[in-house]
Amino acid sequence: MTATEEVENTRTQGATTLARASTVRGGAFGRTLVRHAVYALVAIVVLIVLTSALAGTGNTFLNYQLAMVCAYLCATAGLTFLTGINGQLSLGHGALMATGAYGAALTIRALADRGIEAVWAVFVALLVGVLAALVVGAVIGAAAARLRGPYLAGVTTVIAIVVPAITTTFDGIFKGDQGLSFVTPSPGAVPALLSNEEWQAYLGIGCAVLVMFLLANLISSRFGRQFRAVANDEVAAKLSGINIARTQVLAFVVSAGCAGLGGALMAAITQQAAPGAYSLTLSLYLLMAIVIGGLGSLAGAVWGALLLVALPDLSTRITDSLELSPDLAQKLDGNLALAIFGLFLIIVMIVAPGGIQGLVRRLSGRLSARRRSAGS
Amino acid sequence: MSPPTGDPSAADGGLSLRDIGVRFGGLVALEGVSLQVRPGRVVGVIGPNGAGKTTLFNVVCGFVKPSTGSMTVDGRPFQPRPHRLNADGIARTLQGVGLFDHLTVVENVMAGATNEARTGFFAGLLALPGSDREERRLREFAMELLAELGVAAYARAYPQTLPYAVRKRIAVARALAARPRLMLLDEPAGGLGHDDIQELGALIRGLPARGGLNCAVMLVEHHMDLVMSVCDEINVLDFGRLIAHGTPAEVKANPKVLEAYLGADVEEAAA
Repeated sequence: MTATEEVENTRTQGATTLARASTVRGGAFGRTLVRHAVYALVAIVVLIVLTSALAGTGNTFLNYQLAMVCAYLCATAGLTFLTGINGQLSLGHGALMATGAYGAALTIRALADRGIEAVWAVFVALLVGVLAALVVGAVIGAAAARLRGPYLAGVTTVIAIVVPAITTTFDGIFKGDQGLSFVTPSPGAVPALLSNEEWQAYLGIGCAVLVMFLLANLISSRFGRQFRAVANDEVAAKLSGINIARTQVLAFVVSAGCAGLGGALMAAITQQAAPGAYSLTLSLYLLMAIVIGGLGSLAGAVWGALLLVALPDLSTRITDSLELSPDLAQKLDGNLALAIFGLFLIIVMIVAPGGIQGLVRRLSGRLSARRRSAGS
Repeated sequence: MSPPTGDPSAADGGLSLRDIGVRFGGLVALEGVSLQVRPGRVVGVIGPNGAGKTTLFNVVCGFVKPSTGSMTVDGRPFQPRPHRLNADGIARTLQGVGLFDHLTVVENVMAGATNEARTGFFAGLLALPGSDREERRLREFAMELLAELGVAAYARAYPQTLPYAVRKRIAVARALAARPRLMLLDEPAGGLGHDDIQELGALIRGLPARGGLNCAVMLVEHHMDLVMSVCDEINVLDFGRLIAHGTPAEVKANPKVLEAYLGADVEEAAA
């Protein structure tokens, strides 16, 4: 077909596509707000049912794990948004989680010192954690906007190492290696109806769904397009009127806020903030999790968060089930999880370069194609 | 028509370059280049490889800062910055295609209209109705441009899956989404076949009259047939200096141009 014929054909097709494009977005469900709010509500209902089902098993640890998945999800969603969509690599998101965790911990302790142990203190603490991470994120983001590739990776790695070191250096405020411990206020008036772990799970669900909702909104707005355009081709993005530096700082700040909320949540769940939990290893875990889950997709961040809780748990079970000498068991503890993660990363990259979510999409695509051919 | 001079009164409209010079270290990339692109005209910039054509474009776009000279747009002093270019009424297509491969075709064109997107950050974060409304409007605008260029059928596809000629048209649509009063086309014919170049010529000729905008077009191009057939006037660069300016016929007859090209291309074009 010559280009002329092609053009003629597409002229006529163009009108129908125009019509289709407008019908697709019609109706109440066509509104981004309505669509995402419905998804969020469904997720909340499902997770509340799951929480009470898990509470019914009598194993309170399961709801604690659910709460931890939610805390990790805040961070992985923020990181996949930054790295997968905006193309900025961060090896320092563990440090941003630490910022959120310490912000929340200091707030809860300060309020407790004044005798305030009401439930709203937790929400204030989470907010302070997010704000602290936003500030740190803005500073790092401003530096990051000037850096690319390995240089950006280098700077963010330094952040991952420096932030935990700050907590041990200024041990007057941060209490050094021991960290800050406290009691997270909970609606304890009806302990029979709501265990502490259930409360933590609900808190986590609320935060994680909020993060997913806001990120999904942002990604489908004009900002999402700009974030992806900048990641794709900076020269073309500039010539399309996009301010590269501003876009990159914005993405970094948003991502830092998510990581900060994840860290604050983790502090509220574990009732402590200690540097050991936010080492460089955590940053590497987060990055591996989003790559294994499927880079750049929010669903992939969910897979990643699940793995971050499931794989260390699995490795603990393996070390427990093998009868090892205490010495060897101690060496394996913690390191085995990293090894399993590494192995998992390699396997996933070979089998499914698009991560778990890419695999899911491919399988469901094949399934629906088969159903269609069977139906016709 | 009179060739452009350093006379400021000539800068009544469009883009005007005066005495532009660019040095990369000891290398002189451009020296004393003055030229004008008036509204509604298609102005070509030609010259052998290394003559400074792309450098000239990069000066106009703000990617390269000239060491001497000045520019005006519609008589006002003009200091270009790449991401402000669309706001100044200028759009540029890139050598090759330069589309965003991870965005669909329609999203690519919508990205070209960033300059007129007004949705605030919090409106986007909370998916307020205004954000949706604007997105819908930009999408319709992008679809209209794609339809105008005859590539609307590809709206939902990703650029890499499409034929080169189609991608080139999408790139033009993205540039048009900025509603430019001056279009800079950087080697638009590169990589295209004969028929596609013919169509491209018709497309470029149609740009000034498009939508009553009286848009100006500045064209850097190697393909002589195309330049000679679409341009109202042509500037010839050689070793960073402007050696000739005039209508296609005048430029073809200019002995300095023949010399710069060592005959080959110009004879071919004249044939």
